[in-house]
Amino acid sequence: MAKTLYDKLFDSHVVTEENGTALIYIDRHLVHEVTSPQAFEGLRLAGRKPWRISSIVATADHNTPTNGWDKGLSGIADPVARLQIETLSDNIREFGAKAYFPFMDARQGIVHVVGPEQGATLPGMTVVCGDSHTSTHGAFGALAHGIGTSEVEHVMATQCLVQKKSKTMHVVVNGTLGKGVTAKDVALAIIGKTGTAGGNGYAIEFAGSVIRNMSMEGRMTLCNMAIEAGARAGMVAVDDTTINYVKGRPFAPKAEQWDAAVAYWNTLHSDEGAQFDATVTLDAKDIQPQVTWGTSPEMVVGVDGKVPSLDLAKNDVQRGDWERAYAYMGLTPNTPINQISIDKVFIGSCTNSRIEDLRAAAAIAKGKHIAPNVKLALVVPGSGLVKAQAEQEGLDKIFTEAGFEWREPGCSMCLAMNADRLAPGERCASTSNRNFEGRQGQGGRTHLVSPEMAAAAAVAGHFVDVRDLS
Amino acid sequence: MQAFTQLNGLVAPLDRANVDTDAIIPKQFLKSIKRSGFGPNAFDEWRYLDQGEPGMDNSKRPLNPDFVLNQSRYQGASVLLTRENFGCGSSREHAPWALEDYGFKVIIASSFADIFFNNCFKNGMLPIVLSADIIDVLFNQVAVNPGYKLDVNLEAQTITTPTGESYAFEVDAFRKHCLLNGLDDIGLTMQHQDKIKAFELKHQQSQPWLFN
Repeated sequence: MAKTLYDKLFDSHVVTEENGTALIYIDRHLVHEVTSPQAFEGLRLAGRKPWRISSIVATADHNTPTNGWDKGLSGIADPVARLQIETLSDNIREFGAKAYFPFMDARQGIVHVVGPEQGATLPGMTVVCGDSHTSTHGAFGALAHGIGTSEVEHVMATQCLVQKKSKTMHVVVNGTLGKGVTAKDVALAIIGKTGTAGGNGYAIEFAGSVIRNMSMEGRMTLCNMAIEAGARAGMVAVDDTTINYVKGRPFAPKAEQWDAAVAYWNTLHSDEGAQFDATVTLDAKDIQPQVTWGTSPEMVVGVDGKVPSLDLAKNDVQRGDWERAYAYMGLTPNTPINQISIDKVFIGSCTNSRIEDLRAAAAIAKGKHIAPNVKLALVVPGSGLVKAQAEQEGLDKIFTEAGFEWREPGCSMCLAMNADRLAPGERCASTSNRNFEGRQGQGGRTHLVSPEMAAAAAVAGHFVDVRDLS
Repeated sequence: MQAFTQLNGLVAPLDRANVDTDAIIPKQFLKSIKRSGFGPNAFDEWRYLDQGEPGMDNSKRPLNPDFVLNQSRYQGASVLLTRENFGCGSSREHAPWALEDYGFKVIIASSFADIFFNNCFKNGMLPIVLSADIIDVLFNQVAVNPGYKLDVNLEAQTITTPTGESYAFEVDAFRKHCLLNGLDDIGLTMQHQDKIKAFELKHQQSQPWLFN
């Protein structure tokens, strides 16, 4: 029978199955400081050891500061954050890992940037991490999803997860994206269509000519946002783009193993005629640069649109949500998006902090300057290696000359666990993934956009259509 | 894990869709390396008027009188009634830890985000999916009946209202078994360790690069 990519990945990892509940084997376990301490403590209390240490790749990212690195660990003003980062180091020392990139290591960074960059994420793998944006790794034709801390402990102890098979959703985007329209805009347009609950219970496979023509960076952005559509896992079939990206990375297979791996990876696509439980199609020509206006990623419109009015809401529950969103965001219905002024800009996060994202933002910022009303424009590379690469290309100079701050890698103001955050009422153009209330700081107002759109907003001081700039 | 069998509990209504885990437990509290003590900070940004930080004496903080859970009639609630896609966003298990520590054992919604739903079962909590129509009925009944309690029976897979209407709910058989008996997942999985070892060996032979 014709199989979907999801079927192939799931079925090839089933250890045992009973009444639809399976134990699936986990190939790669990514670990960070926030969702692991209680899992390690659980192992310790039960006298258990990790089942396979070589599956674990760890880094510190959520709490780490993005400046003041000259002071080392003692530069972390918050003692609770420092303890969590130190606890990860202590736990890795005690239990072991295949690789650990601690705070300030040259290869440290956001776990979802570091994994692929190191070749620690490979096609055909099952990948888990105590982080919902683990869906990112599905870009490699891997089955990757976020898990809770109890499951982190379970995977450490048993190398398996208890899973029921998800339904499958085929999201097909055909055509050619217009100038200034990016993977981020495709992701937001999909969420605008499906809603943030549309993917609940599904694993999404992204397909169509737009995805085939996307770089790995773009595919990672897209799969990263699968969780914002409600799907734990997003994935893209393996092709030459995938294989060329993986080749030569530190943990990628070498020599004769490489050839065998490539032969297998080339089978990782949905078979002709495979059936999906749901299909969503979008036409590339209908997708504009997107800007979220509210407090959920589904509250999104094209840049030439307006904050929607209540009569467009589908029911009373949505009307209530929209009214709360207007109040929280300080916006009135029918306000044109390009009239919304911003206070801060954040370019970074596991969604949009890779080299291609930084190049795209720098191309917009080059030779210009952030607007006087923009109090802070942060650029936070996804990893130490992305930062080094960007500096080699002179992107840091472009940003700093344009008035942006060039920071050290980490999750930073995507979730504002470290010192980078919005003050109450501040409005931010952000390349991150969540515009929830308080996400970037209590009372902060987040508008999700692509790196190009964030840079353009920084320069203009309000949202502008990046397509009008050149 | 604590077993869950049945409960007769006061219901608190949270009339919003898409309640995310950032709202359930804001990020500043995730710095803790423990899994307990999150209850006083559940819904922190909605619940208090000031900005919450770890280490504050929460009993001295100003409560937001407009937040529904602060109303006296809902004190001691153990059933949370809410709308679609509850628990969306971050995978943080601190969200069910916070709700459980607050006192909720049952959450009723028309749908849940997948990771949150799963995390509840790992913590002796029961998330129940009912149709949007039934959820509407329950919201209306809670609003007009102070002290409104629901009887939740996991074995029978029913909830029963004070006036005796009963609604059936679905629950996965394996999760039900674990919850009813308070079974530790890891212990159950370890019963299959021979199968895991056999699978691993075969997997390593066919894809040796995964084990480098």
